[in-house]
Amino acid sequence: MAEHQLPERQSPLEPEYHPGSHGNFEHGVDVILSETRPGSILQLAAWAGEEKRLIEVVRKVTGLALPDGAGGGVGNGARAAFGFAPGKFTVVDEAEGLAQAFAGAITPAIGTLTDLSHGRTAIRIAGPKAEWVMAKFFAIDFALPAFPLGAGRSTNHHDIFAQIQRSGADQFDIYVFRSFARSFWKALCHASEEVGYEVQ
Amino acid sequence: MLITCPYCGPRDVIEFTYQGDGNRERPQPASQNLDAWNAYVYDRLNPAGDHNEIWQHSGGCRAHLRVVRNTLTHEVLSTAFARGGHKTESRS
Ligand SMILES: [Zn+2]
Repeated sequence: MAEHQLPERQSPLEPEYHPGSHGNFEHGVDVILSETRPGSILQLAAWAGEEKRLIEVVRKVTGLALPDGAGGGVGNGARAAFGFAPGKFTVVDEAEGLAQAFAGAITPAIGTLTDLSHGRTAIRIAGPKAEWVMAKFFAIDFALPAFPLGAGRSTNHHDIFAQIQRSGADQFDIYVFRSFARSFWKALCHASEEVGYEVQ
Repeated sequence: MLITCPYCGPRDVIEFTYQGDGNRERPQPASQNLDAWNAYVYDRLNPAGDHNEIWQHSGGCRAHLRVVRNTLTHEVLSTAFARGGHKTESRS
């Protein structure tokens, strides 16, 4: 199947991606920043009234049991899915080719599939001060009871639209437009300086 | 000012875009009733009090919302998805 592989993707962060410890890390690194580079990032949208059928398709194709409800989400390490708007979901896979897996399953009667694998950049922030740094960026509540594990949120930072999924008790995955990703990354690094950060 | 999006929950007003007066009734596209078009484009109640408005959560889930806002206090009295097509009732 090698002839069907997508071209190798270059990271938009590359010129500003500097592995190692930075900022005030003398007393330890309190957040870890990384680019997760998933092979597939899809946007699924259900027509009104077809949401439950789409959630069932996600379960069949990915094995993920997507909770029905605003911002509900789930992840298993390799794959993740979350609602980001009424009837709309982001589905992510470490591997390429998830769009092909969905292609026959999302019929025109259910909704639509948009492959954003090359259009979004996924940034992970993890560590004891992840909530603190995120709270400086986004005007939403990052406390665990308000933003449960697996849940998704749509918001923005200085007009850079961001979808955020909580992928751990102290870990968030942020999906931003690829064209804005380097600017966002630089800002996130600056915001992380005060707590000490490591780029992995 | 906070607006409670029915999907996202309470969010700062900076995430929303005002889409105009929610009391307007758009004539049918083929209508040649100039009075109706004039009223749709220009006539506004401009109340000092509760006001039906259309907002979009443009910096969030991007849903269009019907919002009742008090123009004197900026209190947001109710929010609902606009997709149903039904006007939100004012308190009065
Ligand atoms: Zn919203």
